[in-house]
Amino acid sequence: MKILVCISKVPDTTSKINFVDNNTKFDENGVQYIVNPYDEWYALVRALELVEASGGTVTTITVGTSSDDPTIRKALAIGANDAVRIDADPTDSFFVAKQISEYAKNENYDIVMTGKETINYNGAQIGGMLAELLDMPFVSLANKLEVNGAKATLERDVQGGIEVVEVDFPFVLSASKGMAEQRIPNMRGIMAARTKPLNVIAPTDHKKLTSVVKFELPAPKTGCKYLDPDSMDELVELLHNETKVI
Amino acid sequence: MSVLVFVEIKNKLSKAAKEAITYGKNLGEVNVVTYGNASNEVLSQMGDYGAKNIFVYRKINEPNDQVVSKLILKAVEKLNSEFILLSQDQTGKSIGPRVAAKLEAGHISGAISLPEASDDFTVKTNVYSGKAIAYVCVHSDKKVISILPNSIQPEENKVDVSISEFEEDLGNGRIKTVDLKPLGDGIPLPEAELVVSAGRGLKGPENWGIVEDLAKSLGATTACSRPVADIGWRPHHEHVGQTGVAIRPNLYIAAGISGAIQHLAGVNGSKVIVVINTDPEAPFFKAADYGVVGDAFEVLPKLTAAINNFKASQR
Repeated sequence: MKILVCISKVPDTTSKINFVDNNTKFDENGVQYIVNPYDEWYALVRALELVEASGGTVTTITVGTSSDDPTIRKALAIGANDAVRIDADPTDSFFVAKQISEYAKNENYDIVMTGKETINYNGAQIGGMLAELLDMPFVSLANKLEVNGAKATLERDVQGGIEVVEVDFPFVLSASKGMAEQRIPNMRGIMAARTKPLNVIAPTDHKKLTSVVKFELPAPKTGCKYLDPDSMDELVELLHNETKVI
Repeated sequence: MSVLVFVEIKNKLSKAAKEAITYGKNLGEVNVVTYGNASNEVLSQMGDYGAKNIFVYRKINEPNDQVVSKLILKAVEKLNSEFILLSQDQTGKSIGPRVAAKLEAGHISGAISLPEASDDFTVKTNVYSGKAIAYVCVHSDKKVISILPNSIQPEENKVDVSISEFEEDLGNGRIKTVDLKPLGDGIPLPEAELVVSAGRGLKGPENWGIVEDLAKSLGATTACSRPVADIGWRPHHEHVGQTGVAIRPNLYIAAGISGAIQHLAGVNGSKVIVVINTDPEAPFFKAADYGVVGDAFEVLPKLTAAINNFKASQR
């Protein structure tokens, strides 16, 4: 089985989010980068479990600059066989998906995996775009994946229940919580990752269809109104008359 | 401007459908494309929100990603639609990116506002898991916009509606649904307007009855913090936060949750937050509208009783 896992770097989940240059640019000062948790904890780890059980390779792919290399090495330390980085700034989903599809279309992957979304842009777009560009089915938000012979069985949460689907290869999936458990790389993995192939390739020329004009922080809460545990009738009254949510 | 709205309709018009049609009505004349076996009576209710022409594909009942994308693309071609709108729910997340990639159209996923009044087409969306907002500009002529649930207030705007069936056969996709395990008929978290959530302060899964009682009295959906899902007290799909489900209900009640930054990221789009915690220093109080310093085991039953009294007085 040949699996491609799309990974990207994101600020650590504890990061304070601020912007600079008139709120047009993310403030990287003091920010630690990690592999996007959905890409790493769920997609990458499940891919590794599958090839450990029945053979194959796991390649990671990233559209990014050399600043992405430390997080790519982390994915290699967790166990990916090799990595590809397409050397471009990932500012638009269509641009990113097009880059990855141009690379993947000749490589005959059985499964292409992404996390359900990144925790910085939260677009949840790359998986579906890749599926369309590669002419494959797209199982979005999968939280379970089993492979049995020529087909895969997946589960996902849908309105009112859990949907079980079957699909033959190749296909694209986006992974959500539950698909696998986080793995901490061991020293051997970290040493091995230093010499695993990280192939940097040049981007192909494609237009960008969207851009972020500016960022802003949500309006802060104006302050908490405290109520005594014995004043729950008053709380209900406030929820009904003051904020009108019930 | 030609606007195409994709909606899913089971046996009644969903809030998501009303939100998407209302959004479309603000951009131009609204055409709707849908699938399945909803009656024409239910379909025509979309006219109450401004949908003029409704095209329904009767040959499928499940939202297969390949078939639905093809359906939308056929409709876009036929109507020469400039805007393609859908809801940022499970189906929207599968279909929106497919349609956008095929059309080479810029895609805004999770729009929380109508376009800004300016020459460019710029729309607000949540980024950094709700810790910030981005103004995203679309440069292509065609635009695919998915709307975050609970972001747009549906507005009635009655017009005469015409319904026609989409006759062409669009074939089958390769994904087959083999089973649907029901999880009860509660409102799914991303669409819930009222959410009651609890964390480690509840001390064990056997104590969740008081959380469920409050949820039941309100008609709310239950949720939990990450540690509680990770140790198996509650199912993973209830975990709200940065690496779980992000929600933006009208009311979020959190009991026994301290309010770590990752949890806040998933819930700070809530309109009103009520925090119940024994620790007056819990960081969650800084993000709260109303706070109760007290023991969840004492406060939750009192709140449930107060809600029940209120509901009885409303009858």
